[in-house]
Amino acid sequence: MYRETEVIQTIPGTDEMVLNIGPQHPATHGVLHLVITLNGEIIKKVEPHLGYIHRSIEKMCESLSYRQFIYSTSRMDYLSSHINNHACALCVEQGLEVEIPRRAQYIRVIMDELTRIASHCLWWGAMAMDVGALTPFFLAFREREMINDIMEETCGARLTMNYMVPGGVMFDLHPNFVGRVKHFIAHFKSKIDEYDELVTGNIIFQNRLKNIGVLRPEDAISYGCSGPTARASGVSCDLRKHMPYEIYPELQFEEVLDNGGDSFARYLVRLTELRQSMHILEQLIDDIPEGDFQAKTKAVLKLPKGEYYQPIETARGEFGVYIVSDGSTTPYRIKFRSPGFSNLSVLDHISRGQKIGDLVAIMGSLDLVIPDIDR
Amino acid sequence: MEREELQQIITNKFPEALAAEGGQWLNLQVPANLWPEMALWLRDEPSLACNYLFCLTCIDRNPDLEMVYHLRSLQHGHNLVVKSVLNRENPIITSVSNIWRTAEFHEREVYEMFGVAFTNHPDLRKLILPDDWEGFPLRKDYEDPINMIKL
Amino acid sequence: MMFSLENITNSIHEWLYANLNATLALIIEFAIIGVLVIGLFAALGLVLIMMERKVSSWMQLRLGPNRVGPGGMFQTVADTIKLIVKEGMTPDRVDKLLFNLAPFIVMVIAMVVMAPIMFAKGFQIWDINIGVLFVLAVSSISVIGILIAGWASNNKYSLLGAMRSGAQIVSYELSAGLSVLAIVVLSGGLRMSTIIDAQQTGWWLFKGHIPAIIAFVIFIIAVTAETNRAPFDLAEAESELTGGFHTEYSGMKFALFFLAEYVNIFVVCAIGATLFLGGWMPFHIGNWQAFNHVMDYIPSSIWFFGKTFLLIFIIMWFRWTFPRLRIDQLLQLEWKYLLPISMFNLLLATVVAIAGWHF
Repeated sequence: MYRETEVIQTIPGTDEMVLNIGPQHPATHGVLHLVITLNGEIIKKVEPHLGYIHRSIEKMCESLSYRQFIYSTSRMDYLSSHINNHACALCVEQGLEVEIPRRAQYIRVIMDELTRIASHCLWWGAMAMDVGALTPFFLAFREREMINDIMEETCGARLTMNYMVPGGVMFDLHPNFVGRVKHFIAHFKSKIDEYDELVTGNIIFQNRLKNIGVLRPEDAISYGCSGPTARASGVSCDLRKHMPYEIYPELQFEEVLDNGGDSFARYLVRLTELRQSMHILEQLIDDIPEGDFQAKTKAVLKLPKGEYYQPIETARGEFGVYIVSDGSTTPYRIKFRSPGFSNLSVLDHISRGQKIGDLVAIMGSLDLVIPDIDR
Repeated sequence: MEREELQQIITNKFPEALAAEGGQWLNLQVPANLWPEMALWLRDEPSLACNYLFCLTCIDRNPDLEMVYHLRSLQHGHNLVVKSVLNRENPIITSVSNIWRTAEFHEREVYEMFGVAFTNHPDLRKLILPDDWEGFPLRKDYEDPINMIKL
Repeated sequence: MMFSLENITNSIHEWLYANLNATLALIIEFAIIGVLVIGLFAALGLVLIMMERKVSSWMQLRLGPNRVGPGGMFQTVADTIKLIVKEGMTPDRVDKLLFNLAPFIVMVIAMVVMAPIMFAKGFQIWDINIGVLFVLAVSSISVIGILIAGWASNNKYSLLGAMRSGAQIVSYELSAGLSVLAIVVLSGGLRMSTIIDAQQTGWWLFKGHIPAIIAFVIFIIAVTAETNRAPFDLAEAESELTGGFHTEYSGMKFALFFLAEYVNIFVVCAIGATLFLGGWMPFHIGNWQAFNHVMDYIPSSIWFFGKTFLLIFIIMWFRWTFPRLRIDQLLQLEWKYLLPISMFNLLLATVVAIAGWHF
């Protein structure tokens, strides 16, 4: 018995069909909606549809004071919320022209690097999960939990830390902090080697990523890519080196560059960045100077009339805070330049002609965080 | 490159570009009709090489709208801010998405949030908001009595 | 003296034929077998899913299910009850007949394949003279069930998953068949009992020299692919196709696919254990009479299930370690590497068998 049923439609006149990936899909790590045009398994076009988690934080910030708006940025790139807060705090300090105590600078940088490690850990697990290996996710979470515990002790929160205030940090470090960070460093060093052994050296993993989603340097620049995505294409854009803030100029670390431009290069860059972050932590953790953790600031902050832009290097790339002040207690206009937004725009360009499985691997290697894109 | 030197080079070529005082980086006011030509020149002139558009946004300077382009040269390491004032009733400016590809997404965002129309844009549709959204949420006169809570 | 399934089945058989007429006895035997197979199907599903969850949790630094029953033993029972009472949804605009038929095809195939497996010494449903061929032939029908499921769902993810699965199973059938043939050549028979008897003096994996080892490796790779297990789980590929061919299935219909997958793993591992590890044959070492005697004391069913579960563990180990291949890499692996190697290996096995170089 054969009945006529409505069959899956292709685009008339071609063999191509349109497939919706997301907004609810395991590979999009959130509510990203991709409309992809397929010919069999080959991707012809990728069209991102955003906005499923758009909260218009920029508009909300226009009615929040300079002390308050910082914490709405934790909800954007929730994996490096600390670094986002840092950017906002720096931008406000730039307007206020306050001197930040050295101890606060040390604490901020240590926290930034811990956040970067936690973020890259989660990315590493999710990346492996995207290409089909489920176990690394749990291994990555083991290390991430340790950082979350350290954060919880000092900041009182595990994900949206809200630890930065204009002029320094909110509280002093917990007495256990130094010891626990040292313990973490010792623990994590051996674990990175385990990561390499389990995933990086795996032949299936390498074949899945090599020569996939090749991003040439000129495209990376033109599409405004930043962070590890751009550095894997050989574009030197580490803001910690090029537009240094806090005590980064005094630190010994290398900007991780790779000329491959493919997904595997992005993978390697992030993994090497983990080691560099450990290196930075090692330099700082032993001699955190004594002193204030917060500069004296007024209770109600008013930025002088003008415009302030503060870029910062988050785990995903350049996060910029652009404040337009009219001299009142709330910003006149705030623009957040989020790294994910620009990195996502390159997805269509680099995934054309690849297969569905590759698209997932490319998305994993771009390290997209959806609230960061939608804001 | 120093700020004064940068300003010198640009104003030699484009006398219409007015540099503003203050601010952390060189701040130029450019008429909207001059912008496409200048944008291409800013990117291709070897001594400037502003190849990296890292921020593109709009500010509602009631009553005018002001486009803001933040440019960086990855070779020379200098930053540059270009601004262009648009008419609120009929804001039109040429798209720079063929010069810096990242502008494609940023301009779509500005289009839906501020209602700025970009000519020559390859795909000017709403990006974040639903297709049937009315009004421009980031403009200062946008009203939404249900969702916006005034303090 | 010894616990033996052979004696039990023989006595039931003799009792039935002594007390009833032949037709009725046969019908009753069929009914018993039917009940046993369905029981085994359900029991294997429960045990293997539990085992998978415990193995994965052990590899992933987790505890795994630990609330229902002692050590979480009854978690899968609870899950099954949940799936049974769940509404079996049939989405709108699907081909309803085929959509509902597909899980049953897959399940029935998985049951039929159990027929020639020798679970213990003399304990077998049907010692058909083409035993191995029967398994290969019938198990390839399951791809039809998957294709039907994918097509009838009227969902693009399902369709893509089914098409991948079709390409994959049809390809890997070849090298699985060729590696099985290498053992058939060495044993000189397709009948399961013949193959097991040929391993009286030692398992083929040990006495078959290089061809048997190559065949074993290829067999394990090919059956992992044939049962749609990671790293070859492209038909499901949850990070790419959400659920592949069973995206639209829910409730018991989904559970049937799920159970069939695990029973298929059991079946292919049982075949592997029979062909390469001597089925129910105990482990013997040359002339160590005392050692061999001790080994003989372990019941043959334990030997069989022990070997099968060892292979199942290896396949689970793969799943929780490796990333997934891409579809073109998957087909490349089969057509460019495994197939030529297994063809050459068959030739080598033939030479070894003719020259009598095996032990």
